[in-house]
Amino acid sequence: MTAADTLRFAFRALTGFRVRTALMLLAMSIGVAAVVLLTSLGEAARTYVTGEFAALGTNLLIVIPGRSETTGGAPPVTGATARDLTIEDAVALGRSPQVALIAPLTVGETALSAGTRSRNAVVMGTTHEMETVRHLTVERGRFLPPGDPSRASAVAVLGATLADELFGARDPLGAQVRLGDRRFRVVGVLARQGQSLGTNMDEAVFIPVASAQALFNTPSLFRILVQAADRDAVAPAERDLLRILRERHEGEEDVTVITQGSVLGAFDRILRALTYAVAGIAAISLFVAGILVMNVMLVAVSQRTAEIGLLRALGASSGRVRALFLTEAALLSLLGAVLGVAIGVGGGLAVSAMVPALDLTPPAWAVAAAVGIALTTGTLFALLPARRAAALDPVEALAPR
Amino acid sequence: MRGVVRTFQVGDQTVRALDGVDLDIEAGEYVSIMGPSGSGKSTMLNLIGLLDRPTDGLYALAGQDVTALDDDQRARVRGERIGFIFQAFHLVPRLTAAENVELPLTLAGIAPAERRRRVARALEAVGLTDRAHHVPAQLSGGQRQRVAIARATVTEPAVLLADEPTGNLDRASGHDVVRVLEDLNARGITLIVVTHDAEMGGRARRRIRMVDGRIAEDARA
Ligand SMILES: Nc1ncnc2c1ncn2[C@@H]1O[C@H](COP(=O)(O)OP(=O)(O)O)[C@@H](O)[C@H]1O
Ligand SMILES: [Mg+2]
Repeated sequence: MTAADTLRFAFRALTGFRVRTALMLLAMSIGVAAVVLLTSLGEAARTYVTGEFAALGTNLLIVIPGRSETTGGAPPVTGATARDLTIEDAVALGRSPQVALIAPLTVGETALSAGTRSRNAVVMGTTHEMETVRHLTVERGRFLPPGDPSRASAVAVLGATLADELFGARDPLGAQVRLGDRRFRVVGVLARQGQSLGTNMDEAVFIPVASAQALFNTPSLFRILVQAADRDAVAPAERDLLRILRERHEGEEDVTVITQGSVLGAFDRILRALTYAVAGIAAISLFVAGILVMNVMLVAVSQRTAEIGLLRALGASSGRVRALFLTEAALLSLLGAVLGVAIGVGGGLAVSAMVPALDLTPPAWAVAAAVGIALTTGTLFALLPARRAAALDPVEALAPR
Repeated sequence: MRGVVRTFQVGDQTVRALDGVDLDIEAGEYVSIMGPSGSGKSTMLNLIGLLDRPTDGLYALAGQDVTALDDDQRARVRGERIGFIFQAFHLVPRLTAAENVELPLTLAGIAPAERRRRVARALEAVGLTDRAHHVPAQLSGGQRQRVAIARATVTEPAVLLADEPTGNLDRASGHDVVRVLEDLNARGITLIVVTHDAEMGGRARRRIRMVDGRIAEDARA
């Protein structure tokens, strides 16, 4: 019997038992569609989060005061409180050849008012460099002017929402705003930046770092943002930053440097693992579909006992009978998988069309894995029924009942 | 067949369905096997058709000892030399008459064009050319058995084995079927028919009577 004839016979058997075939196709395709759709979702989440993080800046390093004790070990006995980061620290870091730009940052919250309107605002004390380091876009005017970071100056840049709420249709440029008891002149307004990893830049007001320190009466920095000279400079820059700060802090390593790349990598790994986990859970439905295939094929074998006996009488060996039933199950699984991929991809495209921010294009590996698992489980679970069919004694199979 | 024994284990009892049968059948013979129910007629037919193996004894088909053949070889011999006709017809209900007749050719791996030619010829020989594309449910009992005969003969086997071929048919269609079978025998095929019908059994040139798994009578006309 040729392969083409075997396939045709299996196909005729599938079309000959429509309800049964439709049910198994449904089960198989739901399983495959679940794998495809859920992995698409996982991938979409991963690309979204990593994209968001990549948008933070380029070759970014962040210096945070305090040592994060992630590696265990005894906590420091002396000088348990971490030394603060200062503007002088930031300036010193800027001298490293590996570093392109430095943006110190002090953060506080206070009332911001213009005329009679007032609201609470996040105050970001920083320098001119922040615009480049954090990829901020200025819509009107300009960002904080360059200059000595330790010199205070009464200028402010407003986030888009703040500008809207305090000035409405009026032009804020050149206007005076009050932060606490101090006056600042508005020199710029940011374009709408949106939410970025928990901070809404649109509701922030940017002032020179020294002014912010005076406003909040603190000599310390919240963190220092560093842009490395280039991609290859990130790792040496990290070493440089740690070395310089150790020297400045009497040999004590009391800061943490995180690199954008490492955080990006961590997110990427975590979300990838999550996608695999979700895909694995969805694959369980394929397993269930496999069990269904087994049961339905077992029923088919007992329903078609006489047919099996007949095939044997007409010259089929028991191996041929087994091959016929396996082909039937494999064909069924393949059709179910194709249907499932169509449903999964189609569903993803439909959702993407409705929610353009969500790109639910399934990853190729997920489609391949879903089809592979469907074929394998479908065929594996058909082994038992096919063997049972092959083991039937032809005389008994043909005996009238 | 020499000293052929076939026993079945039923619970803790051993049933001797065939109990030492010696039998020679020449090519082209027309043999009827009769006898009471349970006397071993079907068992003997199944052994002749290589659907079953003897527990003991020797069976040679066309001079070749086939007792020790493995499953694949026996399947091939069945496909090439034996045609089966059953009381219950055993047509595949989802396939058309032509597709049913085609089945043994497909299993034998014969090319589609050749298959179509031979199927057409076999259906014509049983007078069912106009029913080729009907499924069994659309055919009468007599027509179904003629489809089964076409299927059994489409491979041009040497031996045709029929187990109560008219058992499920009315008299008229039974006569049609017998006539078709006898035509085939007249053209050289060896015909072995198990039957309860004394009239049909009497038409055979050689009449075997079985009782309790043995040949009780072997008469030639
Ligand atoms: N598969 C089987 N298992 C057990 N006993 C069987 C089997 N096949 C046949 N027999 C027994 O063998 C004997 C002969 O059966 P069979 O050849 O079918 O008789 P007949 O066709 O002459 O009516 C009977 O007693 C029957 O019960
Ligand atoms: Mg019988």
